[in-house]
Amino acid sequence: MCLNNKLSEGDKINLSDLIGTLDKTPSALIKTKKQLKNLQHNQSTLETPLTRKETEKIQREVAFEKTSKEVSRWQSVVLQNQKAEQLVFPLNQEPSGPKRIEHVVAGWKAQTPLEQEIFSLLRMNKQPLHDPVLTPTEEASLRAMSLEEAKIRRAELQKTRVLQSYYEAKAKRGKKIKSKKYHRVQKKVMRKEYLKQFDEMVKTDPAAALEELKKMELSRMKERMSLKHQNSGKWAKSKAIMAKYDDGARKAMQKQLEVNKDLTQKLVIPADEDEEDEEESAETLPDFVNDVEPILDQVNPWMRGKLSTEPMMEESNRLDPPVWPREVGKPGEGQDEQEEDEEQMEETEEESLLRGFEERRKLRQTEDKAEILEISDYDEEAVEISDDDEEAGLSNFTSLFHGLVNHMEPPADQPKAGPGLRQGESPALLEEGLVRVRTLEDVELLSQDISTSDTALLTTQILGTEETDTQSATQQADKKRKKMIDPNEVLTKEAKVIEMPLAPTAVEDVEDKEEQRVIIKEAFAGDDVVSDFLKDKRKQEEAGRPKVIDLTLPGWGEWGGLGLQPSRSKRKRFRVKVAPPPPRQDQKLPNIIIAEKRDSSIAAHQVCQLPFPFEKPIQFERTIRSPVGRTWNTQNAVQKITAPKVVTQLGAIIEPIAREDLIKDNRQAVTGPSINLESDQGPQKKRRSQQKKQHKRKKN
Amino acid sequence: MIDICLFCNQPPTRYWERTEEDGKNDGKKQKEGDNNEQTPQQNNTRTKKGGNGRSIYPFPGSAPVPEEKLKKFRRGVKGELPPRPQYKLRDVVIRSEAASDLAQKQNARYDLMLPEDAGFLEGDEDEDTCTISQDDIVDAVDITAGAKYFNLTLSQFGPYRLDYSKTGRHLLLGGRRGHVTCLDWQSKQLMCEMNVMETVNDVKWLHSEALFAVAQKKWLYIYDNKGIELHCIRKFNDVLRMQFLPYHFLLATASATGFLQYLDVSVGKEVVAICTKAGRLDVMAHNPHNAIIHLGHSNGTVTLWTPNQREPLVKMLCHQGGVRSVAVDKTGTYMVTSGMDKKLKVYDIRAYRPLQSYFLPAGASCLSLSQRGLLSAATGDIVQVYRDVWGIPVTKPYMAHRAKGSVWGVHFCPFEDVLGVGHGEGFTSMVVPGAGEPNFDGLDANPYRSAKQRQEWEVKALLEKIQPELIGLDPSQLSQVDHSTWEQRHEDRVQVLGFDPLAKEKFTPRLKTKGRSSSGKVEKRKKQVAHEDQRDVIRQTVEDRMKIDKERKEKEKKKAAAAGQKSALDRFRK
Repeated sequence: MCLNNKLSEGDKINLSDLIGTLDKTPSALIKTKKQLKNLQHNQSTLETPLTRKETEKIQREVAFEKTSKEVSRWQSVVLQNQKAEQLVFPLNQEPSGPKRIEHVVAGWKAQTPLEQEIFSLLRMNKQPLHDPVLTPTEEASLRAMSLEEAKIRRAELQKTRVLQSYYEAKAKRGKKIKSKKYHRVQKKVMRKEYLKQFDEMVKTDPAAALEELKKMELSRMKERMSLKHQNSGKWAKSKAIMAKYDDGARKAMQKQLEVNKDLTQKLVIPADEDEEDEEESAETLPDFVNDVEPILDQVNPWMRGKLSTEPMMEESNRLDPPVWPREVGKPGEGQDEQEEDEEQMEETEEESLLRGFEERRKLRQTEDKAEILEISDYDEEAVEISDDDEEAGLSNFTSLFHGLVNHMEPPADQPKAGPGLRQGESPALLEEGLVRVRTLEDVELLSQDISTSDTALLTTQILGTEETDTQSATQQADKKRKKMIDPNEVLTKEAKVIEMPLAPTAVEDVEDKEEQRVIIKEAFAGDDVVSDFLKDKRKQEEAGRPKVIDLTLPGWGEWGGLGLQPSRSKRKRFRVKVAPPPPRQDQKLPNIIIAEKRDSSIAAHQVCQLPFPFEKPIQFERTIRSPVGRTWNTQNAVQKITAPKVVTQLGAIIEPIAREDLIKDNRQAVTGPSINLESDQGPQKKRRSQQKKQHKRKKN
Repeated sequence: MIDICLFCNQPPTRYWERTEEDGKNDGKKQKEGDNNEQTPQQNNTRTKKGGNGRSIYPFPGSAPVPEEKLKKFRRGVKGELPPRPQYKLRDVVIRSEAASDLAQKQNARYDLMLPEDAGFLEGDEDEDTCTISQDDIVDAVDITAGAKYFNLTLSQFGPYRLDYSKTGRHLLLGGRRGHVTCLDWQSKQLMCEMNVMETVNDVKWLHSEALFAVAQKKWLYIYDNKGIELHCIRKFNDVLRMQFLPYHFLLATASATGFLQYLDVSVGKEVVAICTKAGRLDVMAHNPHNAIIHLGHSNGTVTLWTPNQREPLVKMLCHQGGVRSVAVDKTGTYMVTSGMDKKLKVYDIRAYRPLQSYFLPAGASCLSLSQRGLLSAATGDIVQVYRDVWGIPVTKPYMAHRAKGSVWGVHFCPFEDVLGVGHGEGFTSMVVPGAGEPNFDGLDANPYRSAKQRQEWEVKALLEKIQPELIGLDPSQLSQVDHSTWEQRHEDRVQVLGFDPLAKEKFTPRLKTKGRSSSGKVEKRKKQVAHEDQRDVIRQTVEDRMKIDKERKEKEKKKAAAAGQKSALDRFRK
């Protein structure tokens, strides 16, 4: 504007004027300056464009990537189709079979009163009426969770799971720590926390607190019921032995008992005196006082029942009470010592008393045993005297009784009761005599037809002699050969004679013994049947053995000619030994010859080349182990097993899978029947182990 | 009313819910039919839906299949799955296992329900069952059962050989002096009767009751059930004994010249003629389990033959005298032989082990085993029947009967408690309780089939005919890979490839720097790996052993528990 003004005035424009305007807008100047500078600095030329070859290569690469991405989308579908047991085409078939009435009939209205009533009922229950695909509630539930929500929820769940696993890992780590002190501290902390919580709970939620209390009570009950912390375990017993001499052991036991006491203490504390009284009474009275007095009626086994663990219990009890008060009174040491002395005195007294009891008890037990034995002896004597006739019932009873008595006796005590035992042996013998009864078979033998048995015996005898004869003959013959089957081993099965209710009439004619003998001789005309057979077997074995190939040639390094044998070393060298064949199948069956020749006729019908996925014959054999035909299977099973791989509908156009289908859902594009398979956990495990192994190998 | 109330309380369950599911399933595939069996959990949820107030259904899921029955239909053993990297193989194996499991389960589930029991004879106290005569039995049983005891007096042309058809309805009799007759023995309806005017050595029904073979003096003849001579087979001469293999349509004959010949009756061709080089062959039996022919010889041996090998598969020395008769049980487990040494022996022919040996005072000339494992042995003119000869040694026969003449042939009738005895004076049909299989498979051998059913069966049986090449000691051999050929091929492949693709990869320690790959260290690493492998093996074996131990202990415990309840005196025991 001002320029114009100046022009209009007719003045000359000076350069300074122009510069002056520049001064007014310095930023633009700076910018251009910078640009100029940059231009001056930047001396690099433009790159020459790539050659056509290279651009094409790049384009190809890009195109490949793009298409491979596109194509790889189909990968899963292809794989699924390959794996599928059956493919049904065309893909998106309408479901056959009856359709819902609502789809078929449109614009139908309830008219009769019954229909109306029904519909009103349906409406009341919010059931869909016209196009009943989904009820409102179902629709709502469907709408309830969108994809984003679901994702968020999933993430949450994942997070919680991760946290849980962290926590578990931590706990596991803590559990592994072996330091006792650590655990002790930990426990203490826990307990404190628990108590705090409990206190709070008492204030805030008394009902829950009461529950907790109940729980505690329950744990107390459990403790009281169990033998835990009562110094009855293996460890405690070992400690109990040591307790007399080892202070540490005593302490440890003490601690256990304390724990027990802690746990069994009643929460609501009762009057102290009563408890003490009870305790005292428990302490002063040894346990076995409460035992059932051995009753004289020794025969009744019910009355002699006794728990085997009792003595051990007693021991522990015996040791426990004296140790007890010692720990309690720690503060005053001088007093302590005195007390200790006193206690020891008491202890010794008690111990001696107890020992006396124990001894008496043992004595009584041995007496019992002796009594039992005596009684049994008496019994047997009585039996001996009274029983001349065979009374199986009584003898049975006595044997049973003996069994019981023996059962009662521990084996360690046997040497003690020497005389009793000696007496006890002879009755066993006596008993044998008594038990023996004529068996049914004997009776049968007696009642059997005498003539037939006679003949049978005779024939067997004759048979025996014949056999021995043949045996001796063959034995002599066989001495020469080393490795051979002993003919005695052949046909060794002993024959059992069968009685016949009816004597054969046809044989009656030849009842003469001599004639019979002749017939038997005839039967054994080829009496070396066995040796013939063995010869045959040997021949076969030899035929099956590969022969040594002798490749020696005369001459060649030594003189050859008539009457000259190649040297021994040479013969040895050129003799080719063939590997021995696998052992014959009939190696251990003396009276069997099994042909070793392979039957090749079936080979033409067998599979000799495995189809694709199979690598080893055993895999293939497993898949064809069960027959497929109708003869062996139910109709249903046959149909399922032999279902075609591809099912098409007659006349229907099979279109390729559309991209929309693929995007929509992969699963819908492929329809394959799924056979319910068992969970294959085993193989999974194995796989994991294999992976581990591979991992290890990689490391190596 | 109550129902409505319940509905009010519950979240709404609607009637179309299930149909919708079903519809979907149907649309997807037709194979979900057995759904409720495979997924018991689904059922669980359904039954538990009863919800508040209603008690849960106590038997959710499909009914359990008893373990015993499952065991019955088990084929082969399951193995380990291949490792996951071989996922294709793994998939195939998993699928086939599932299929075989399904088949097994369904077979067990749809096995015969409420099967009939085989009866048995029970004597009074101190009465042996063998002393009970046929007349006593007939008096005691009903008329139809009583009618099964009858005698045919045919004294002119005896002694008789006999054979029952596979269904047990038809009887074929062949008298030594040429009398051949076949009849429906239950209705006593004569089908044909003729005299071939030649010595008859043996008679045998072919696959159905329409055809039978007669081994005559010189040649083998085939007749139809009207007595019309269809074929005279001159290739088969001097036949003494015949056996028919029903699933192979093979007629095996043993001749006096020592030839064992097989005739394929479906095409009428001789399959093979084997010279046994064992003299006259008049003892023959066949193993129904694997269709192997057992021949007895005069040197006390029994030989086992297939049409595929010219020498016996197995040669067993059974008797010290000649073998008089051989019989094999239905399961192919036991063989019973009797010999000139008057012994009766029972063998386990899977292990070729003698199980029992009995001495029969007169020796047994003819043996026959029934479907339920009863053994009939003919000694002279007495037919004895034994029960369970391979179990506890028997001392007395189960039944005995004196025939009118010396016995020439005995044969148990399939699916009936009947023993047919051919003897010098004709034929006797004995009632032997507990002999026949009471539950027949109607698709295999139906005693009550009509003519139409027979025709259909014939076509199906012909379609399912087993080729003679498949006969072998182990009938399951077909389901095995031909190992020798496979190995040969594998060797070739190894040679081509230059390495064995199946060989276990050998561990090669990695190269490490800074002196960690010194030979000592490498050796150490190798040892570590080897040690680890060994540990794995040991762990596996220990686990297996523990498992076995545990099972055994459980079994013992069960046994103890079962035994512990028995004695009344146990209460005195401490």
